[in-house]
Amino acid sequence: MAEQKTLATTGNVMVAEAMRQCAPDVMAAYPITPQTTIVEEFARFVAQGRVHTEYVTVESEHSAMSACVGASAAGARVMTATSSQGLALMWEVLHIASGMRLPIVMANANRALSAPINIHCDHSDVMGSRDTGWVMLFAETAQEAYDNTIMAVRIAEHPDVLLPVMSCLDGFITTHSIDRARMLDDESVKAFVGEYEPAEHTLLDYEHPVTHGSFAGLGGPFFEFKKAQREAMERSREVIRDVGEEFERLSGRPFGKLEAWGMDDADVAVVVIGSTAGNARHVARELRGTGVKAGVVKVRCFRPFPYAELAAMLKGMKAVAVLDRAESFGAEGGPLFLEVRSALYDLDRRVPVVDYIYGLGGADVRLELIREVYDDLAGMAAGATGPEGLVYLGAR
Amino acid sequence: MANLKELTHREDLLEGGHRLCAGCGASVAVRQVMLGVGGVPVVAGCATGCLEVSTTIYPYSSWKTPFIHNAFENSAATVSGVESAFKALKRAGKIPADKKMKFVAFGGDGGTYDIGLQSLSGAMERGHDMVYVCYDNGAYMNTGIQRSSATPMGAWATTAEVGKAQAGKVQPRKDLTSIMAAHNIPYVAQASVSHWKDLTAKAEKAFAVEGPAFLNVFAPCPRGWRIAYNKTIEIAKLAVQTGFWPLFEVEDGVWRQTVKVHSRKPVEEFLKPQGRFKHLFKPENAEVLAAVQAEVDRQWDYVVGRVERS
Repeated sequence: MAEQKTLATTGNVMVAEAMRQCAPDVMAAYPITPQTTIVEEFARFVAQGRVHTEYVTVESEHSAMSACVGASAAGARVMTATSSQGLALMWEVLHIASGMRLPIVMANANRALSAPINIHCDHSDVMGSRDTGWVMLFAETAQEAYDNTIMAVRIAEHPDVLLPVMSCLDGFITTHSIDRARMLDDESVKAFVGEYEPAEHTLLDYEHPVTHGSFAGLGGPFFEFKKAQREAMERSREVIRDVGEEFERLSGRPFGKLEAWGMDDADVAVVVIGSTAGNARHVARELRGTGVKAGVVKVRCFRPFPYAELAAMLKGMKAVAVLDRAESFGAEGGPLFLEVRSALYDLDRRVPVVDYIYGLGGADVRLELIREVYDDLAGMAAGATGPEGLVYLGAR
Repeated sequence: MANLKELTHREDLLEGGHRLCAGCGASVAVRQVMLGVGGVPVVAGCATGCLEVSTTIYPYSSWKTPFIHNAFENSAATVSGVESAFKALKRAGKIPADKKMKFVAFGGDGGTYDIGLQSLSGAMERGHDMVYVCYDNGAYMNTGIQRSSATPMGAWATTAEVGKAQAGKVQPRKDLTSIMAAHNIPYVAQASVSHWKDLTAKAEKAFAVEGPAFLNVFAPCPRGWRIAYNKTIEIAKLAVQTGFWPLFEVEDGVWRQTVKVHSRKPVEEFLKPQGRFKHLFKPENAEVLAAVQAEVDRQWDYVVGRVERS
């Protein structure tokens, strides 16, 4: 295990430090709350000469992702960061980045989308881009935001994958709160991520001119390109696992696409993404003291979604609650709920699942609210019917 | 500056066999611009549009140089990323410090005057060492001849129709070249495919400068302008001779007319051969025709004024 120093700092600072240690050749970024301190911190590293990065201070997030595509196709290791409306503005180019199989790494500080305008945390931004072909990792803490950023580089650049990776952290909760986190030394991270060697000829390889982003619209192989993208996403499952195991050997911190708490003997479980996992564990621990066999499953990798692992974990549960921090208007429930129910479909015994939409636009996620969820689950486990349809948890 | 004989010895970086229409001004613009690179390796970017879809039909490519297409509005931002990668990889020692490369982005008037204006402005302001070339054919030709902000006043387009209540496009065209000059970048020029010597000389200057350069190249579209495919150059020449498209450059802030037009022809001579203006010659549209001439005069006086004050 490598030497590490313990810091009291924010998630955004940890992400910026991880980016510095991974030494991108090009960073193209535009500031947006609550991501801003990532790009500010990184600008300081550039000014101090601590990175060789070419920092492209673009005029919009659309151009940020566009410049990232150009730089990545040119053979550079490329990073950016965004949030909310910025991610939405990038949407068109997110598809192009993954379609061109460019290993770009992006931090996203999760924040609500307008309207009404709101700067606080929810997952509507990232869930809006869930089908853009990016691998998606989520952090609960500043520590995980740091670890995920470093692992993202290895996952994205792996020759079996070559897909962009989004590393998400909850706006203000994880981005701005002071947290305790351990930072690896620069040399260890440098050795872990390695030098970037582009898998194919790049735009700067003049002796082997390539055409990037060509037209496949006249009965061309567009369909087959998309199939190949799906296959790369499937291959990333194994790569994510291997990179996680290797990172554990380096840092001592285990990484799982799903992280289970109390699931060995649980009767009821809450499935959650991001910072709220901490609240859920806290309440579950309390309930354990009163004899309730409560468990928590945190989803740390949302794309590709770990269906088989989740089904194995939730098999035999008496009741399951999904906490969704994003809406999917007109659907049966939020995006995570749809995935969880799909994961459970092939089980022999149907597991009762209820969806709770919570914390939209940074609405407080108090412990009492989580207790309400577990109360519902306990009732369902005892034979009572659960809430009808989805629940807007704590909405006035 | 190279003469015609010298130019014929330079390699065309856009190969024949692409699927642009016969007589398309865009391919002429690209070839002439690329002749100005002067043997230095060049990476080309392109906005979505006729040029891009017709030259990169997978698995073929007409580009004999590295090429990237990203989307409609972001060829300037994309190429600024490519150029930044070049700088960064040099700094990291992965590319020799003395290695020279050039970067060029192409876009039609739709991708440049309109949806791509922000990305273009940003790239020029940041000072990337790149040349941006707009091939201006005055409408969204790839989508089926819809008006752009470069469409001339009075022109027919499928979103600027001709009828009892309206005679084609109501508004005058946007003066993009002046907007780019206002960015105070090292080199800005307006050129035409009809004046090859002027255009290739401007391209050479654009590629030679360290930093951003912008070329606005007049490139007729036979299909959209309702002209015969063999009239492209003739019509482009009339645009210059009538003063509709003055040829000038702005070098380090100094404006200069590069092709003098001593006795400007009436704009009618440029308009009349084109089907997209035929309604202007009906008696009921005489006022519009007069307004078009007045707009050409105004724009001409503006350019001449800038040149005189320089």
